[in-house]
Parts: sequence; C-alpha cells; structure tokens
Amino acid sequence: MPMTDAAVRVHNLGKRYRIGLRRQSGDPMLREALASLGRASFSRIAAVSRRLWSRRPGHEVPGSRGADHIWALRNVSFDVARGQIVGIIGPNGAGKSTLLKILARITEPTEGRAELHGRVGSLLEVGTGFHPELTGRENAYLSGALLGMRKAEIDQKLDEILAFAEIERFADTPVKHYSSGMYVRLAFAVAAHLEPEILIVDEVLAVGDVNFQRKCLNKMEDVRQHGRTILFVSHNMAAVTRLCQRAILVSDGVIQKDGSAAEVAAAYLLSSLRTTAERTWPSTEGAPGNNVVRLRGIRVRDEDGKTVDNLDIRRRVGLEMIYEVLEPGHELSCHLAVSNESGVRLFGTSDVDPQWRSPRPAGRFTSTAWIPGNFLAEGAVLVSVALTTFKPFRFHVSERDVVGFHITDPLEGGSARGQWDGEFGGLVRPLLPWTTAFNSHGPSAPPP
Amino acid sequence: MSDEQSEDVMIGGGSLSGGLGASESPSRPMALTVIEPSRGWVPLRLVELWGYREVLYFLVWRDITIRYRQTVIGMAWAVIQPFMTMVVFSIFFGRLAQIPSDGIPYPLFAFAALVPWTFFANGLTLSANSLVHSGHLITKVYFPRLLVPMGRVLTGLPDLGLSFAVLLGMIWWYGLLQARPALLWLPVFAMLAFVTALGVGLWLSALNVQYRDVQHAVPFLVQVWLFATPIAYPSSLLSGPWRTVFGLNPMVGVVEGFRWALFGTGTAPSHHVAVSALAAVVILVTGAFFFRRVERTFADVV
Repeated sequence: MPMTDAAVRVHNLGKRYRIGLRRQSGDPMLREALASLGRASFSRIAAVSRRLWSRRPGHEVPGSRGADHIWALRNVSFDVARGQIVGIIGPNGAGKSTLLKILARITEPTEGRAELHGRVGSLLEVGTGFHPELTGRENAYLSGALLGMRKAEIDQKLDEILAFAEIERFADTPVKHYSSGMYVRLAFAVAAHLEPEILIVDEVLAVGDVNFQRKCLNKMEDVRQHGRTILFVSHNMAAVTRLCQRAILVSDGVIQKDGSAAEVAAAYLLSSLRTTAERTWPSTEGAPGNNVVRLRGIRVRDEDGKTVDNLDIRRRVGLEMIYEVLEPGHELSCHLAVSNESGVRLFGTSDVDPQWRSPRPAGRFTSTAWIPGNFLAEGAVLVSVALTTFKPFRFHVSERDVVGFHITDPLEGGSARGQWDGEFGGLVRPLLPWTTAFNSHGPSAPPP
Repeated sequence: MSDEQSEDVMIGGGSLSGGLGASESPSRPMALTVIEPSRGWVPLRLVELWGYREVLYFLVWRDITIRYRQTVIGMAWAVIQPFMTMVVFSIFFGRLAQIPSDGIPYPLFAFAALVPWTFFANGLTLSANSLVHSGHLITKVYFPRLLVPMGRVLTGLPDLGLSFAVLLGMIWWYGLLQARPALLWLPVFAMLAFVTALGVGLWLSALNVQYRDVQHAVPFLVQVWLFATPIAYPSSLLSGPWRTVFGLNPMVGVVEGFRWALFGTGTAPSHHVAVSALAAVVILVTGAFFFRRVERTFADVV
C-alpha cells in the first residue's frame, strides 16, 4: 500500500553476496596463479576477466552457480512515513546492516529499488573519518564534511558542537590523547548537528556512558519532533521500544515482522530466547510427564483471556497451565519459576490453595497464577513449570523456560517510571506507596 | 537509462544544497535519492563530483596535515627525495657513465626531470593504494569514490611546488635563470603529469581492491617507468621512429616539456606532446569509466 507522504520507499530490495569473495581478493592470488601456470592459470584468468567484465555482477551464470552465492537480503519492501522513527532489529547476520548499507549508498543492491525523499544523513559508526593525529576541531570539520555538512555550516555550528561534546578545553588537542568517552562525545556531537531530513543510524548508541546516551536519545527525539525520519538499527530493545513507534524485524535476510515497536521487540526477544507465549501438546503420549500426570499446555494470558506475548507493565499477567491427571488419588502441586532474559531467577511460586491439597480425581485441570501489574521490570520474562506430588515428594513434570513474554512500559504514567524515560535498573519494578510528612519550616524556623 | 541519469543529477544538487535555513524552507524542491542496481557501464556523474568538492578539499587537507605532523623536518622530505635521486644519478650516470645531457649541467638536467617525475610517481603509488587504505571510510560513509584516488594525487601538489622552488634555486645557482615565455607552459606539463598519474591511479586502485597483487606490482611498475622515461638520459639518444613510440608514454612529454620550458633544449611542444597528451587523456577517461564500473563492489570487497 503506497503511502502518499513517504520519506522512504523500499521495494523488493535484495542483495546477493558471492561466498568467498573476500578470500579471493587477498594475497594468495598471485602465488596461486604463479604456482599453477598452464591450464589452471588460464582458467583462473578466464574467471577473473569474466568477473571483471560480466554485464551484471552476480547474474553471469544464472542457476548453475547458486551454491556460490548467498542472499543477505531478499524481497524487502516497506514504506516509512515522514517523521516516523523506525527501529530495525534482528539477530546478527540477519541482514540489518546490509539493508542499512544499501540505504546509505555504501553498497549497491543486487535487485529492487529504494527511494529516499529528502536530504539523507547516515551514521554507521562512531566518528566517521576521525583521524587520531588530528585535533578535535579538525576532526569535527573532516567528519562533518564526510557526513554531508558544508564547510560554512560547520563554521557556524562548531562552537555548539564542541560545547555539546563538553570538550571545549581540548578542541586543539589531537584526539589520540582523548579518553574514549571524550572521543565518543565529540563523534556524537558532530553527528547530532547534522540536519538531515532522513537519518540512518546503526547501533551507535551501544557505546558511551549512560548520561551521554541519554543526551543523544534526546537529540534524536528532537530531530523527530522536527518532522525528520529516522531508521535506527539496534540491539537495544529498550531503546527501540522507547524511541520508535514502529519496528521491523529482519531475520535470514527477509522481513519477519513489521508493526508496533513493542510487539515486534517482544516477538524478537522471545524468538531469540527460543520461546513463545503458548505451548500445547496435542497428544497425551508426547506431553511432558508420566503415567501420573502430564502437562498439556501452558500460556501467558491477559485479563481478557487472550494469549499475549507483549504486556503493558501496569497490567496483570496470567500464567495458565493445563494438565491431565491420569492416575487418581495423588495430592498434586503446581509450581512456576520466573526468570528474566539474563537467566536470573526472579521468584518462584506454588499453588498453596488448601482446596486442592487433597487427592485428585483423574481428568483435566487448569491452574492460573496471577502476577500483579507494576511488579515485573521491563524486558523479557521466561517461565519454567513443575508438577509435583507429596508423600513421597516427586517431580512428574519439570520444564525449563517453557514460555515467555515481554513487558513494556508505554510511558503513559501509572508505572514506577513516573516522568523518567531513561535507564531504569532493577530486577522488579514495584510501584510502591510513598508517604511524605511535613515536619518543620526551613532550617531558620524557630524550634517549637 | 536516461531517467536514471536525471535523478542522479538531483542527488548531486539536492543532498548538498540544503543549508540551515534552506532545509526548513518548504518551497525547496525535495532531494531525491534513487537506489537501484547499476548495470554495465555507468555515467561518471561529474555534477555530483562537483557537489562534493568540499569533501575532496578536506580529504586532501587531512592527508597533507597528517603527513607532516609527526615528522621532524616536515616538508623538507618533499625535496630530499628527488634531490638525493638527482645526486645519485649525477654521480653514476653523469660522472661515471658520462651520459650526455643536452649541453646543460647534468644535475640540473636530472633534477628538472625528477621534480615532475616524483610528483607523478608518488601520485601514482598513493592513488593505487588509496582505496585499499581507505577501507574504513568506504565501508562507512557514502561519497563519490573517485574522490579518493583524486585526492591522493592532489596531495602531492605542495611537494611539487616546494621541489620546484628548489629547482629554480639550483638554476639560479648555475647562473642559468632567465625569464622565458616558455615557462608559461610549465603548468600545462604539470597538468599532463597529474592527468597521467590520476589515470593510471584510477586503473590500479580499482584493480587493487579485487587483486591485492597490484600493490606489489606498483613499485616495480614505477621503476620500469622511470627508466622508460628520459630522466637519467636525453631522448636525443633515441632515433626517429622510436621517438614516436616513446611519445605514447605521457611522461616523456612531461619531462621533455619541463626541460624545454626551463632550458630551451629539444624542440618546442609539437606532435610529440600532442601524442603524450592524447595518451594521458585516453588513460584517464578509460580509467574513470573502469573505476565507476567496478565501484559497485568496493564496499563489499575492500
């Protein structure tokens, strides 16, 4: 569906790489050629000239040499409206960087077409063109020019750039004497003062201290409010969900998902953790368990009963398990353990309802544990499940990280964040009741 | 093809035309960048190249600044290199081998040729390796890649100026300095050296990205070319038909031209120089088109 006011249109973009291209360009070539004079070197030369003169690189012998090529990107199409911030996420080697490099005109696509309507700025590394021997001031000019600023523009903004980077005193020191923090700040300051209509940014926010990252994110937010369009590749899901309305998940060179940033980030996190919001086992035989009890399904649900993989931090989360008791007369207990994406166990919980502390009949049961809203921190959450009997104590089911979900904070208030939209650590995120009492007027007030 | 070209022109005009105020103005026509696979021979996009002239300026400025920042005697190196070669040539070719020098002192004869030659040889070597050494830029930011080898050759201009000043000093020292109208031809010959260095540099730098063998072959090429050019010896040693074949080497025109302009040796620029110039332009134009053709793979291979 074509957009009327699209800043970026990408249609069927694809990039094919020749496997081994890199290796063939290295030193060994001359040696090989000399070592295999005669027929071998003739065919080598033929291959070389075919490669240099072929009409379409990568298309010279269709079909027959498919194994020599890989598609780093295939059939990628999307439109980005003016003023939209789009996060591009996905595992390493999925084609995100290739996509960005094509849009930044660093490398050519093999097929397809992209249109960028507006002045384009791309930041694919920290300190593009920086040279250690040059001073901060000199590097600001060099980097600014390479990133697309005109000299007159840099002249005008130089003081502002040095101030933003907080390196005014070191403006005339070669950057090789800078601390890494100063270097990164200067690099960002230059980049932040680009005024492109379309900004293409790669992962650069992964470096630098937290305060400066904050400053850069704010600057990006500024840029957005000026109606500028940003394409932002990142591994930082928290940054993507906070900054972007929309995210595109690229995996194995194709777009796997395109939608709201929170949903796409959740899907990506869960798929990278190899889990989903729901697992079911259709047949009794294949289900985890034994002849006493078997787990038939487990899912993450919201209060409306819908299976969800992405939840608002303020809402309750239901963990629902369905199991089948095959042998009656056992006193069963359900257990859940919840951990975060780093594998840290947040808590465990068991069903202690006295109503079911008695031998159960055979049949199907559904047990749900409710995690209150404003309790889990943002990020991915993994759930492990166990079913045990007492007297004697015995595990019948024990499945690690069987389902997962993702908690996001839409920053609409009502969460522990309050007004703060920056880094917010902690394993849990309770919204606590605070009380403050007024005790006395300022220090000068007379004692009562 | 033709519509692709017209859009390309808009990139050159649009992407660099927006200043602070201009980018806010809604009436400004929106720059459009079209990204498509290129096929076969592609246009040189000279308009876009012109739009990026400030980038070229900064690349040249960077190279010159860095080159001398950490050296003790700085720019003196620009003179020492041709000067020492001249001393060696004077001893071995001038004194020991008694090679004729068209009636002018051998050191002057050799140095007048070595000044443009050094500019050419350094420009050629630096530009041949330029893309390989600029991998960190080529894979991270877009600008017309032609600027890389071009900037490398231009980096030698201050050196050329300095060693030329030393050359004038030497001529004065020998008492041969005189204002001759032929001196006005010198920039033309320097230009010819520039065009040749850039033309060969474009071919070699583009090939070097794919085949690193090139960087090993370059010093050898420069050495052979040195002796294929009448630097240590006068071209008057060669007879009739050989001289025309010789003229296909544009550096023959440059070296002969320098000597003619400075000392009045040989003949005024004639069809020999025209052949040299034509050869240089052919190398430059074919080099530029070859470069543009293989440019699409640079970032993937370098």
